[in-house]
Formats: sequence, C-alpha cells, structure tokens
Amino acid sequence: MFITYLRRELRRRMRQAIFIALGLALGIGLVITVTAASAGVSSSQGTVLHSLYGVGTDVTVTQTPTAGSGGPTRFGFGGGNSGSKPSAGTSFSRSVLTGGGLGTLPSSDVATVSGLKNVSAAAGALTLTDLKLSGTINAGGSGTGAGGAAGASGGRSNIKSSSFTVTGVDLSNGALGPLSSGTVTSGHNFSSADSTSNVAVVDANYAKAQNLKSGSTFKVAGTKFTVIGIVSVAQGSTSADVYIPLARAQALASMKNDVNTIYVSAASAADISSVSSAISGALPKATVTTSSDLASEVTGSLSSASSLANNLGKWLAVAVLVAAFGLASLLTVSAVSRRVREFGTLKALGWRNRRILSQIMGEALAIGLIGGVAGVALGFGGAALVQALAPPLTATTQASSAAAPGGAGGPGGPGGPGGGGFARAAQSAGHTVSVHLTAPVTLGAVLLAVLLALAGGLVAGSFGGWRAVRLRPAAALARVV
Amino acid sequence: MYELKGVTRDYQKGRQTVHALDGVDLVIEDGDWLAIQGPTGHGKSTLLQILGALDRPTSGTVLFGGRDLTRLRESQLTRVRATSIGFIFQSFNLIPTLSAQENVETALVPLGVARAEREERALRALADVSLADRGRHLPSELSGGQQQRVAIARALVKQPAVLLADEPTGNLDEGTRDEIMTLLEDLWKQLRLTLVMVSHDSIVAARAQRIGLMENGRITVGARPTHPIS
Repeated sequence: MFITYLRRELRRRMRQAIFIALGLALGIGLVITVTAASAGVSSSQGTVLHSLYGVGTDVTVTQTPTAGSGGPTRFGFGGGNSGSKPSAGTSFSRSVLTGGGLGTLPSSDVATVSGLKNVSAAAGALTLTDLKLSGTINAGGSGTGAGGAAGASGGRSNIKSSSFTVTGVDLSNGALGPLSSGTVTSGHNFSSADSTSNVAVVDANYAKAQNLKSGSTFKVAGTKFTVIGIVSVAQGSTSADVYIPLARAQALASMKNDVNTIYVSAASAADISSVSSAISGALPKATVTTSSDLASEVTGSLSSASSLANNLGKWLAVAVLVAAFGLASLLTVSAVSRRVREFGTLKALGWRNRRILSQIMGEALAIGLIGGVAGVALGFGGAALVQALAPPLTATTQASSAAAPGGAGGPGGPGGPGGGGFARAAQSAGHTVSVHLTAPVTLGAVLLAVLLALAGGLVAGSFGGWRAVRLRPAAALARVV
Repeated sequence: MYELKGVTRDYQKGRQTVHALDGVDLVIEDGDWLAIQGPTGHGKSTLLQILGALDRPTSGTVLFGGRDLTRLRESQLTRVRATSIGFIFQSFNLIPTLSAQENVETALVPLGVARAEREERALRALADVSLADRGRHLPSELSGGQQQRVAIARALVKQPAVLLADEPTGNLDEGTRDEIMTLLEDLWKQLRLTLVMVSHDSIVAARAQRIGLMENGRITVGARPTHPIS
C-alpha cells in the first residue's frame, strides 16, 4: 500500500513533483559544479606549486643573497685580480658557471635538515647559469675588474654572450628536487652511479632549440657533457635548461660545499608546520618557505579563479540550494494542505499520525532522490562545461629568488655591471605558469549530492508532515462536510 | 453500545464561545438504527464526531462498549476508530489515486492485515455491495452511487461494531438515494449493525428505527423501534 499510494500520488501531481525535483537538481548541480571547479583550481594550484617546487616537496630552504654571494664569476681577463690583460685584437671565448647572486647554504645543512624530526627526506640543489662570452678585444680597450661579466672596454665591442641555466641535482634522493616533476621522454634519468660523471639530462624545450638528443655532447663551463636523457617538465618556466649531478656542478662552479636550495619532504601534511619551525631553529639565518607560503604569493588568473570558485561560487551554490529547499518545503506544505480531506479520512479510518507522516516523508524523499539524480547529471555536465570552456589560467609568483628557486636572471651583458647584475636580475624574477583548469567530479561530490537530495526531501517532508500531523481529525472531517 | 451523559462541546469563535453541544444525554443500544435530524449548525455533526472518537467533549462522559472515550489517549482513540467504527461521508471521501479495491483496503491497513488477506477481504466487501467487477476502477471512473457503495464497503470491511453515516445520500439523486438506503438497510439487518445516521432528508430518516431531533445542542429522541431487527 505504501509504495502504491506513493507512486500514484507522485503521478497525480507530476508537474509539481518535477518542478520541485528540478529546483533541487539545480541547487545540487551547482554545488557539484562549484565543488569540481574548486577541486580543479586546487589541483591547478598544486600543479603550479609542483612546477615551482617539484613533486613531493613540502618545504624549501634558501638563503638570502649577500654581496658577492653565488660563487665567483671570473672570466680570466685579468683586470687586477686574475689572468693577464688581453691585448687588442685578441679573440676570446670564455664560459663560466655562476651562481647568479643566489644565496648559498653549506651542503652539510642538507644532512642537518634531514636529521630533524618528521622530515622524511631532504635533498640539495645548486642552480647556476652557464654564461659564455666570446668575441674580439677592441683596440684601446681594457679589461674590467674581477667578477666583471664583460672584460671588454667601454666603447664599441663585438662581444657576444649566451647563457643557459644549469641545476645540479642531488642523485641520492631522486624523489625530491627540481627533476621530480619531470618525465623522461628520451634516454634515461640519472642513476646514483652518475654522481661524478659528466652526464646531463636536458630539458625538452632546450634540447629542441639546441638540437640535442640522447648521446649528444655539449659543454658546461667549457667541460664536455654527454646527454643521457631528455626530460619534459609538466608545467612551468622554472625548469632549468640542463641538469647535471650536484657534485659536478659544485666542482665546475668552484662551489664545492654549497647548495642554494634544500628541498624537504615532511612525514605528513600535518607535520609541515612543525618541520618548518624545526628548520628555522636549526638554520636561523636561512629562509624557510612552505607550499602554503608560496601559494599565498601566487597571483594571476588562477588566483582570481580560486577566489571566484571559493567565494562567489560557493555562496551562489548555497543560496540556490537554500532557495530550492525552501521551495520544496513550501510546495510540499501546499500539497498537504490540498489533501487535508484525504488525511482526515485516513485518520477517521484509524491511520496513525506516524503512518501518515511516513507517507508524506516518503513522497518528499522520492522527489528529493529524483532531484539528486538529475542534480548529479547536471553537475557532471556543468563540470564538463567548465573544463571545456575555461581559458588557460596563469599563475605568477612575485617571490624573490630566496623563495622561488631556479630561473636566475640573465647576464649583465657586455660593458655592463659585474656579478651584482645577476643578483638583481635574479631577485626581481617572477615565475609565470600556465595551467588548464580541470573540473574533476569526485565520488565525495556525488555522495554529497545524494546527501543533499535526501536532506532536501527530509526538510520538505518534515514541514509537510508537521502540517498533516497537526490536523485534528474533527477539523479535517468538518472540512469534509 | 453508547451511553452519553451530560456531554457538552464548546468552541471559541473569536471572542464568543459557541455551545455546539449543551448537555446531551443519549443511549444507543446494540443494533439500533438512529437517524439524527435538525437545522444546520445545531450540533448534529459535532455529536457524530464525538460518537466517532474524532473529537473530545468539553465535559461529560461518552461510554462506548463500556469504555469511557473521554479518558482514552489519542493513540487509543485511533485504535478504537480502526477496529470498531466505520464512517460514511456525504462526499464519499475516497482516495482519488487509489482504485476501488485499494480504497477498501485502506480500512484494513491500520489493523496490520497481510496483503493477500487484505485483497481478499476487500474483494468480498465489494461483492457485498455488488461492485466486485469494479475493483480496479478509480473513483473518477465510478458514478456517485458506485462511489458511495465503495465507501460503504470500506466502512464495513473491518466488521465494525458501529457505522456512522454523515448525510450518506446528500450528493446522490433520488434513484441512487433509494438504492443506497436499501443497501444500508439490508446490511444493517444482515450484520446486526448499530447505525447512526445524520440526514436532512426526512424520507431517508424515516427508514430508521428512531429519529433524534437536534436543536441548540440538545437532542430529543423519538419512541422505541417501530420495526424490530429480527
């Protein structure tokens, strides 16, 4: 009798039932779409952070650069410190590996951090710039002082410069660091046996530009390296052009015991804060940055999308859902009011309040479930639409080099300033990442939808049922007559 | 069956108190057929509601089968209605979305009767009112007379001790009215029902054993039965 009565009643007021179900579906669909968009934005933010950090990194440790930091930059032109003064007409070609003014930390700090509580792993990296100058010394020129990027004189010069970024990676912990988010598309990645070898993994874009492939050779700071693999980093412009073993980078840059970034992985997400504090305690002069610190510095359309999804989107979904619940309740109460005579008759026949209430709740829950199913479908559709129509989003960090490792600035240029130019360029560098927004509908979102649908039905049924239960049989019977 | 003593029922209408029943004393024996007549607004329906345990008197006692209905809880009154009292209404009051058979079954739902037995008893009740072939029809597919027959079947399927009818022929034409009243009379005799009926129609009321006249909340009942049941 329960199911028969329920089914027949819903069929009798099908239009109203559909109207209520659609209202609920709209609210639930919006909640799912907004939840999916928020998840997509969070995922994109994670992608951005991964591209800046590498996968698995929760904390980075860097050092604020001081004057003269980042290792020596000597081109061997003399000018008071080293080498002999070149004579006019001399052709030259020099290549150096320089730290670019980034602050450095002793390698021993990696072990210090690694030994802290709740740190599951730590790896050091040394981000450098290979700067090559070549050309001819003009007549009447003189070299500049040591550390000068250009040993040429003032006046006209025919010095050419080129550079590429080199990152020395810690091969003892491949799961952390700048290479961790990359995918080797050709050849293979480093093995631990390569730590003192002149081998390199090259970024796919740089390899294409320089016509490098697995087996090719090229020079880093004048030393020949063999390409063993080509790597594609998923997102971001913060990848280096070339990756070599850390020990080789330190040796070539004469920064034997230095790193300029320590990547740290915490035991769990809950430990990040305590790990960050412990590192600050162990290395008081270092700059400790967590992923949430970096996230707060991200600007750009991704940041706007995040605000939109989390603020406007969320409140819009809540408002529509509340309206849908309210409408469902009003219409259910209205339907019960029109059935006063019917319920009065059932009470006269001996039906208990709880039996009548269960009938009303059952009808409301059935409508709620129909709305929920439709809402899930709408939610999937909305999420697909977001994914299809959303433009690529950008995320930019205005962080200093201390917070965003990698990507040192360009050279000072011929005739320009000395090594300090690198530091200034590095400090003002921002990192822009482009990501495509996804909107994944998770099982959690679907379950939320079902719960919302049931809640909608319960709320509507409760209002209607309360109305029915309050009816005095005599009052209902009096209406009958 | 019923013994009412000093029953009053007052309602508040704005600032005024309406005395719908004003000290009703009434005895209805088992197997009686009492018709209640009187002008509109003088308490006929209120009295029927009190008899049907649908309402509580403001004062007085209502003994039904030896139990004082005024002392029972709401759930107990619901139980009394479910097991012992059948109702017939002027507007039939069938559930519009249920078929004739299903409407009859609604009277058996509170009794917890199993589905198969419920269906069987409903069909038999419909057969008793000559509607066995209309079991699957919705109320909208039945004539007024047929709908009232279904209502009678619904009222009687649980074999109640008393049948309360509020203007049972009020919405029917003359021919159908006589048909229904003949059916009621036959059932009253066969089943030895106690039947209390409210009716404006003197021709209908005249069929009863006794006639009670409601005026200003008080009832005056006529002489003892003019035609015995047996």
